[in-house]
This record gives sequence, C-alpha cells and structure tokens, in this order.
Amino acid sequence: MSENTLPARLAEIRDEFLELDEPDRLQLLLEFSHELPDVPAEYADHPEMCERVAECQSPVYIVVDVDDAGRVAMHATAPAEAPTTRGFASILAQGLTGLSAAEVLAVPDDFPQSIGLTRAVSPLRIAGMTGMLMRAKRQVRAKSGL
Amino acid sequence: MTVEFDTTSPKFAEYAEPGRLVTGDWLQERLGQPGLVVVESDEDVLLYETGHIPGAVKVDWHTELNDPVVRDYLDGEGFAKLLSRKGIARDDTVVIYGDKNNWWAAYALWVFSLFGHEDVRLLDGGRDKWIAEGRPLTTEPTTREPVEYPIVERDDAVIRAYKDDVLAHLGNPLIDVRSPEEYSGERTSAPAYPEEGALRAGHIPSAQSVPWAKAVAEDGGFKSREELDAIYRDGAGLKDGDKIVAYCRIGERSSHTWFVLKHLLGFEDVRNYDGSWTEWGSAVRVPIVSGSEPGEVPAR
Repeated sequence: MSENTLPARLAEIRDEFLELDEPDRLQLLLEFSHELPDVPAEYADHPEMCERVAECQSPVYIVVDVDDAGRVAMHATAPAEAPTTRGFASILAQGLTGLSAAEVLAVPDDFPQSIGLTRAVSPLRIAGMTGMLMRAKRQVRAKSGL
Repeated sequence: MTVEFDTTSPKFAEYAEPGRLVTGDWLQERLGQPGLVVVESDEDVLLYETGHIPGAVKVDWHTELNDPVVRDYLDGEGFAKLLSRKGIARDDTVVIYGDKNNWWAAYALWVFSLFGHEDVRLLDGGRDKWIAEGRPLTTEPTTREPVEYPIVERDDAVIRAYKDDVLAHLGNPLIDVRSPEEYSGERTSAPAYPEEGALRAGHIPSAQSVPWAKAVAEDGGFKSREELDAIYRDGAGLKDGDKIVAYCRIGERSSHTWFVLKHLLGFEDVRNYDGSWTEWGSAVRVPIVSGSEPGEVPAR
C-alpha cells in the first residue's frame, strides 16, 4: 500500500498519534471518543438502517452515505461505556467524511495498524477498527456502484 | 494485612465462599483503608480513564497480564513487577471490578489466582452496578506508593487447562459458556466480513452449553446460590466431586463461569481452558461437534 493513497485527514490523524508516546496516544484516542458526533436524526430514529460491527465486542453501529455528488459521510454510534470503540469510530468518521467514494476505497486496509496504537490497545482491539473500516468500504462500494 | 469479609449480604452467605464477593456499601465505606486495593479491569482499555472508583488502580488484561509475544500470561517476575508498580502487596486484600458484569474482572481474578494471590475478591455487579447505585467516580489518576511484591512462580496445574489437558479430560464435564450460536457452529458471516477466531465452528464433544450470562441476575450481580444450583447442577448435570473444565473463545467469559463454579458453588476441581475456541477450533486433529446437541466423546 503506497503512502499516496492515504487521504490528507487520515494521514494527519496518523501523524498526530505517532508524534506522541504510548500513554499519550491513549489520551488522544479518548479525546477522539468525545468528539464522535451524534448520528443524524433519521438514523437515530431508525437503528435498523445501521450496520452492527460484529468485530467489536461493544455494540457499535455504522452507516455510510454517498450523496449524489459521490461524497461520503460516515456516521457511527457506540455507547459511552465503550470509549475505545467510540474513538476508533470517531477517527474513521472524521477521516472518511468528505472524501469521494474512490478515495475511501483506496484507503489502505491496514490503516488501523499504522497509527501506533496496536501495542497500547492490543491487536485484538485494533481488529475491531479494521472491521469497522472494511464494513464502511463495503457500504461505500454498495452505495456508489464502484 | 487483610481486610475482614463482607458479611452484610444474606445472598453471599449462601455461597460456598461468601468472602469472595463484596457489596457496594461495604466497599464504599472502606475506600482508602490500608490493606485494601481496588482494581478496575475492563474490556475497554479507556473506560477507567472516563471515571473510576476513587483510589482504584487499573489493570488491563491485554496489555498488562498477557505476555506480549507468547500466547501466555506473565511469568512470576513480570507479575511481581506489575503488582509492585501498582502498589499491591502480597497480603493486600484486592477487590476487582469491571465492565460487562465483571468478565474481565473475573479474568484478572483468575490470573491473580494463578500466582496464588490469596485474598482476591469481586465487587458484586461490577462497574455498572456501582454507577447505577449513584456511587462516587473520579477521573483523578490514582497514585499508590510502589511496593516489593515477591516473585512467585505461576502455578498452572490446578486452575488452568491446556489443550492436551482437555483432550485427556474428555469424558468428564465440560462447560461451553459461549452464545448458543457459537456453540452450535452457525455462521452468519458473509464475504467481505472479516472473520476473527477459528477455522472450524462448533464445540468440544460432550460440552454442555451454559452461556456465562445465565449466572447473572437482573441487577447485574451474581444469581443466588439456589438459582445457580438449578442452572449448573440440575440443568448442566454437574455433581460434587466432578472434575470440570470451562471454556469460551479466549478464556475471559469462562473465567466468569470458573469463578461461579469454584468460589460460589464450591466445586473443588474446576479449570479454565484459556486457549478456548480460538485454539481448539483451529487445532489440527482435535474432535469437534457441530449442532446444538453436546455429541459423543469419540472413542480413542
């Protein structure tokens, strides 16, 4: 996977994490978890429209929209009792929203392993973020026809 | 120095070892008491940071109790270093609590028990019940003076089972504590869904399915002795004197059941198979059964 395929916002997030030592990376992840926006009302009222991320032990749901112009918006819900999962969802929601469908599909699948959290949160937990990314891409593929 | 047992709960009094649990009232009254250390252990590695019981230290099982390279727990030296750093002395009373009805707390308790830490208890109902009862939480980091915890070698023989132990155990009671879908081997995954875990789906031959959550009461604490006896003795057919192995996917949910069988119901010989389905379901030439029936132990 080449560096070029990583969109600017995700590269920025990765660099923010890598600049810190491990305990501070966890704090940054906690900050991301606080920043996860609420899902739009249409989804909040219709949880069945969202997809459960089974790889995460916590109940996290994602929904990805592709508008007529081909721009992606990712929304996610995760309970306050699951700050790590909320943090992962927040990173992806911030990093993927606003990209074109093709840009989302070009995000390296190993992005979650590249942000320096694997040891601090454990590989099993990082697998949850990978599951989230793959499901987001699959939804983009289905909704954009790419 | 150890702290007296919580004798305030009529529910606890019925258990084989009533002193293995404490109530929120008991704990809240004793926060800060010398000889008592409160430990939070969660599935979520950041949950402690969002608020914890005042004075509680965090122990994360993924990053602190596991060896980073070998699929195994810390050795005696590693455990001594960890507990010394956390300010936990060998004769301290340790009360562990956590999320998910104490899954990870029970897991941590089981690991502490591998090193023979004698007085280790669970807060009944764990983190959620503490919060539901409106008890204090803080985001203030806890600092405890480091202590000298002695190096004690881990003893896996009594409460831990390896794969070969389980093969030799076949014919004796096994409790599978995963969900009914995991037990039967149903798969709901579709292409492009990452699959984590095992190459085969199903369960160990003859294992009884008793999902871990059956032991949990509506208030999030453990069910009463009578209810637990009905589930494990009448339902799963366990009898006094049985040798029992419990397993799940990676050994955390089965620690919860291990705690119930060992400390609440008083079965003497109970082991947790921490390799669990992620090992058994991928191992070469071990027998499995799919479907919702326990199945037969294959002739050897």
